[in-house]
Amino acid sequence: MKEYRDDFPMLDKNIIYFDNGATTFKPKCVIDAISDYYNNYSANAHRGDYTISYKVDVQYETARKKVAEFINADFDEVIFTSGTTDSLNMIVDGFFKNFLESGDEVLLTKSEHASNVLPWFKLSKESGININYIDLDENLHVTMDNVIKAINPKTKVISIAGITNVVGDERPIDEICKYAHANDIFVIIDGAQLVPHKKVDVKKSDIDFLAFSGHKMCGPTGIGVLYGKKEFLEKLNPTRLGGGMNESFDNPNEVYLKELPSRLEAGTPNIAGVIGFSAAIDYLNKIGMDNINNYEKKLKSYLIDKLIKLPYIDIINLESDSGIVSFNIDGIFSQDVAFYLNKYNICVRAGNHCAKILKSKTGVKNSLRISLYFYNTYEEIDKFVELISDKEKIMKEMI
Amino acid sequence: MDSELKREIILDNYQNPFNKDGKDDLNYEKVNSNNESCIDNIDLYVLIEDKIIKDIHFNGEACAISTASTSIMLKNIIGKNVIDAIEYINNFMNMINENDYNEELLGEGIAFTDIYKQQNRKTCVTLPYVGIIKILKKYI
Ligand SMILES: Cc1ncc(COP(=O)(O)O)c(C=O)c1O
Repeated sequence: MKEYRDDFPMLDKNIIYFDNGATTFKPKCVIDAISDYYNNYSANAHRGDYTISYKVDVQYETARKKVAEFINADFDEVIFTSGTTDSLNMIVDGFFKNFLESGDEVLLTKSEHASNVLPWFKLSKESGININYIDLDENLHVTMDNVIKAINPKTKVISIAGITNVVGDERPIDEICKYAHANDIFVIIDGAQLVPHKKVDVKKSDIDFLAFSGHKMCGPTGIGVLYGKKEFLEKLNPTRLGGGMNESFDNPNEVYLKELPSRLEAGTPNIAGVIGFSAAIDYLNKIGMDNINNYEKKLKSYLIDKLIKLPYIDIINLESDSGIVSFNIDGIFSQDVAFYLNKYNICVRAGNHCAKILKSKTGVKNSLRISLYFYNTYEEIDKFVELISDKEKIMKEMI
Repeated sequence: MDSELKREIILDNYQNPFNKDGKDDLNYEKVNSNNESCIDNIDLYVLIEDKIIKDIHFNGEACAISTASTSIMLKNIIGKNVIDAIEYINNFMNMINENDYNEELLGEGIAFTDIYKQQNRKTCVTLPYVGIIKILKKYI
């Protein structure tokens, strides 16, 4: 997909960027859309009776429609948030805090991101819900058998990533939703690593809540989405109150809130973020999510085929089906390898990748992670593999 | 000192770190050193008697630079009284922060004189110092 590289100002800086799981580069069309807002119609939304504010409203709500279409939701099921973390916190605090009772059980896995663990930990402290984990198989994947095994009459929620950020495994969402719903269990999907890389259809998959971030899919930072089925969003208490979300208020007993989606978007929203995100969605649609997904899989296989030939490399997730590869070089601390690669302008991530409870499962605390996106190339992988093919050189140059 | 020699000192302290065995007994005080931006995590076990640093051991998962830095720090402050140890540390930190410092006092710590060229590794070098200073302060 080399034809798209010219669209990214960051890609002409002689950098090989393999940390797309953390955030992605932005194409010029996204940057331009944001500048256009600040340069040409910089006004607030939902406020003014004048032309430029009207234009903001139109852009803002058009963005919502685009996001809705992108995941096949209805427009009032799309709430703009600051990102996945914000969305997940709203789901837990705004909905499940009221809904769950002491003794109810929430199922997670050991490979969830902090933002899908800590809000639940907090709730468990506050209201006595129990947290349990779906077992991962030997490849660290979630299987239907293990989902079924983990469920008991107390289970009320399954909250898991669609694709995880360390192992990169894709979860069988459709089957999980089907089985869960037959047992009156909610399913929340952390889509941070899924939505940027694969077509998601919330209706077809029957997902109850979905969270994702704009910045991991060519959009700006500080903008994300909370999707919920309308019947559930109706019952989601706003965790923030203020302007833009109320109809009227006189005294504490007379506060009337707006309809969805405004009810859940208090305060001046991240307008520039929404407008940039809208451009990012157009951009991804133009390339085609299936093309993106297929290409990433090919790149990833290409990388794995080369890595397995190196005897001192231990790949943690050989079997995963996304563009994420986690590995260690025998005898060298992951961060030292990352520093070494940085000397050659290659950006990879070292660490535990915010999945701190995974280490109790794998025994591996830290690893290097490569996370690919459609603008990465076979040549970049060749360059990278060449650099890590010489262990002596790494030892020599890492400090 | 040329950079090749400095590199060798660091590598040697990384591959054969001094007192990296996590020796612990009831008389040793334990302190953890970690920092947000880097994934290193080191435990120091410190024995101070009559304001003299009698012994320190360490353990943990850390990169080459912070492992070597810990090893070198230990070699330089064990046996010193608390005040002199703090003086060593202040001088070392002055070097890291590109202030005036006395080269003579650095010992093997001199291997890190060029580290300011790699700002992102400063946190690695200073990692053990964050922990030890917490303990030493209690003795002054
Ligand atoms: C699986 C997963 N969930 C949640 C998040 C949090 O996303 P954000 O930091 O954009 O809120 C990330 C980002 O690293 C992630 O990879």
